Amino acid sequence: MNITLKVWRQKGPSSVGAMETHQMTEVSGDMSFLEMMDVLNDRLVREGKEPFAFDHDCREGICGTCSMFINGEAHGPGRNVTTCQLHMRSFKDGETIHVEPWRSAAFPIIKDLTVDRSSFDRIIQAGGYVSVNTSGATQDANSIPIPKHDADEAFDSATCIGCGACVATCKNSSAMLFVSAKVSQLSLLPQGKAESNERVLRMVDQMDLEGFGNCTNTGACEVECPKGISLTNIARMNREFLSSNLTSK
Amino acid sequence: MLDSKIPEGPLAEKWSKHKDNIRLVTPANKRHIDIIVVGTGLAGASAAASLAEMGYNVKSLCFQDSPRRAHSIAAQGGINASKNYQNDGDSVYRLFYDTVKGGDYRSREANVHRLAEVSGSIIDQCVAQGVPFAREYGGLLDNRSFGGVQVSRTFYAKGQTGQQLLLGAYSALSRQISKGKVEMLNRHEMMEVVKIDGKARGIIARNLITGEIERHSAHAVVLCTGGYGNAFYLSTNAMGSNASAVWRAHKKGSYFANPCFTQIHPTCIPVSGHYQSKLTLMSESLRNDGRIWVPKSKSDVEAIRNGSKKAIDLKEDERDYYLERRYPAFGNLVPRDVASRAAKERCDAGYGVNKTGQAVYLDFASAFERYGKTEVLTRGIENATQDQIVDLGREVVKSKYGNLFDMYKQITDDNPYETPMMIYPAVHYTMGGLWVDYNLMTTVPGLFAAGEANFSDHGANRLGASALMQGLADGYFVLPYTIGDYLADDIRTGKIPTDSTEFDEAEKQVKDEISALMNNNGDTPVDDFHRRLGLIMWNKCGMARNEKHLKEAIVEIQELRKEFYAKVRVPGSAYDFNPELEKATRLADFLELGEAMCLDALTRSESCGGHFRDESQTEDGEALRDDENFTFVSAWEYTGTPSEAKLHKEDLVYDNIELKQRSYK
Repeated sequence: MNITLKVWRQKGPSSVGAMETHQMTEVSGDMSFLEMMDVLNDRLVREGKEPFAFDHDCREGICGTCSMFINGEAHGPGRNVTTCQLHMRSFKDGETIHVEPWRSAAFPIIKDLTVDRSSFDRIIQAGGYVSVNTSGATQDANSIPIPKHDADEAFDSATCIGCGACVATCKNSSAMLFVSAKVSQLSLLPQGKAESNERVLRMVDQMDLEGFGNCTNTGACEVECPKGISLTNIARMNREFLSSNLTSK
Repeated sequence: MLDSKIPEGPLAEKWSKHKDNIRLVTPANKRHIDIIVVGTGLAGASAAASLAEMGYNVKSLCFQDSPRRAHSIAAQGGINASKNYQNDGDSVYRLFYDTVKGGDYRSREANVHRLAEVSGSIIDQCVAQGVPFAREYGGLLDNRSFGGVQVSRTFYAKGQTGQQLLLGAYSALSRQISKGKVEMLNRHEMMEVVKIDGKARGIIARNLITGEIERHSAHAVVLCTGGYGNAFYLSTNAMGSNASAVWRAHKKGSYFANPCFTQIHPTCIPVSGHYQSKLTLMSESLRNDGRIWVPKSKSDVEAIRNGSKKAIDLKEDERDYYLERRYPAFGNLVPRDVASRAAKERCDAGYGVNKTGQAVYLDFASAFERYGKTEVLTRGIENATQDQIVDLGREVVKSKYGNLFDMYKQITDDNPYETPMMIYPAVHYTMGGLWVDYNLMTTVPGLFAAGEANFSDHGANRLGASALMQGLADGYFVLPYTIGDYLADDIRTGKIPTDSTEFDEAEKQVKDEISALMNNNGDTPVDDFHRRLGLIMWNKCGMARNEKHLKEAIVEIQELRKEFYAKVRVPGSAYDFNPELEKATRLADFLELGEAMCLDALTRSESCGGHFRDESQTEDGEALRDDENFTFVSAWEYTGTPSEAKLHKEDLVYDNIELKQRSYK
């Protein structure tokens, strides 16, 4: 396949960026998108130019590091896939592909396609945990039976990989899907119930502080989420948030 | 002399007695002690969180953009614990025994027993943290079985157990960050260990965003930086997984143990092209339900390769379920090293089923039918058709391994619900690592290693679902106690200043190295050299090794290293976000470590576990150990050239287990 790539180039956080055009030939359909980017970077280095900086690590769709906005979609055209699991067979010969970084005020650009998502870490630090010490001196794991359905639902919420596609795709740059997934996981399980009121308030406060926008229920996040995290999580978080606000002391 | 500091007394009492006798640091004094933890995987995140909870001041580093990204996240299948919830006769002893046997009798008894002892607490801890393990309808925890054992002791969360456990440890770490007890440094890479008066007293790190070289001091340094599988370039490790921290510690005096013990995982997606950047694992748990086979006849192999036949066209009696044939007792659930070699044997004999001849089938057809029949009965469906049964069975398999099947389809464009998966072994894990004593301290005082970065628990082959167990055992339950014994001497030391000559020298060394790479007038990208190193390692220090190949590999790696320094091109600036520079410094270390692996493999002329020497095999091609001459840990001391390292031996003493030739027949 032959592909025309238009890739975002930006030297640093405060520099002006622009799209740069590169022609790719002999692209195999079995290549992952990132492997295609590797081939481009390899060529750029050999030509004495600077390669594009992009984030990536596990390349199996689970670490949440890769983050490219491809042809106007977070993680590109595939559904339920991250950029690293997107393969070139999803594109047509002769196609022009636009590659941009996540764009959100709460995710400042570091360089080219690399952004800073430490705002997500700070939201988790605000309360995305069960306050239990790691002594191991807890009760036996089987002493609290948890209905399979609840455990499975908590698991589905817990599969969020924190990549930020939901934010990148939202016209408001809202992080509600990310935050609600963690809130849901912990409020669905008895272990997390005890502090669920404080948790949701603290996490939402931090989310607002980081500059993420509000949710207007367009549902784009759910469509673009590589892990299929459901909008139901946002509904659950809204309910938790409301009742926590009403009952907070 | 190597002193492993194994406590006296009966095996089952060593750990509890050791904990009772170990020196403690009072809470008030812990506030005056700084600890650096490098890496935030299962071992690193759990160690940092636990140490901070105890009151130490912790600084935690990861090269990724968030501690949640560490590659433990990609572990799929599960975590072992001897809870005996399934009432199938499991016990601490049995888990201990299986692990020592699975490791082909090259691990340390006392460490493995401790691991088995604390395994149950890990599950309790994770459940308390809100880790959503799989459950049965009654609400209790579910288990599955894994290779090399005959009980069901593996706890899991679909095919994403590592993710859920890591997020649990990350949440504990986040809680301590929010309390100010852990200072978290994302996008920081450790470049050097700083030693003062023979003790590890800090590190030099590079801020990967600004390129700045930083000094960090501490009373102890803990390396939880994972394994070195990326020496092979293609592996199931993440792209950033690297050995620089452990290798640099080695060059500063930490002995490196058993570097040749690498695990080749039998079930990975085969290589598809020269641009391949990494390999993807299909969890071992799939071998619970998948059957591995190749065609019996070469004409069928030919027909499959040229596309005139498909796997499903072959009848049962035309298939060679070679694991079931060779190992009737364990069948498809033999340990990883055995399964990998068996796949290589069939493919080398010409029975590989893809174009490159390097793939075998992993087939779920009989599982679909088996589960389907059970579903028909439980749901009370009468006169179910075969299609109905298979569909119901597919649903069950989907609920168990759905994400793995999706991943397979995404990568290969083949639907594994309809046609068998194609798999081939790939580098996955490294059992070798920094030599540590019972307290997890390396031969440099104050420098500790936990998780995959150390060598102690898995011998020559790791059993499935034991890496997660070891990472969390070390981080939550072992290191936080044992480190106190060392730090008890440091309660009056006070803050370690960073303006000493030792820090000056270490920083200068790092800066010189970086500037040499940046100013090299080469023309070849880093990955080019990494690929070539990978090929040497895979072909000559891979699934089967021999004297001739290993000697050749050492020379080839030395030549490649020279070429790397002469020809590598690192673009951009040292004081900027520069991923090419990160790759270059990491590869520089792999280029030395690879040589050390070959030397170790050459020296160990027996076969054991994942280390198979052509010269040492039984008549039917199984690994042949040489207990008389090789029941020891090879601990290598760096002397300047990797292949001239000095060998120290830690004799392995088995008081509680009788050494047997491993048999899974």
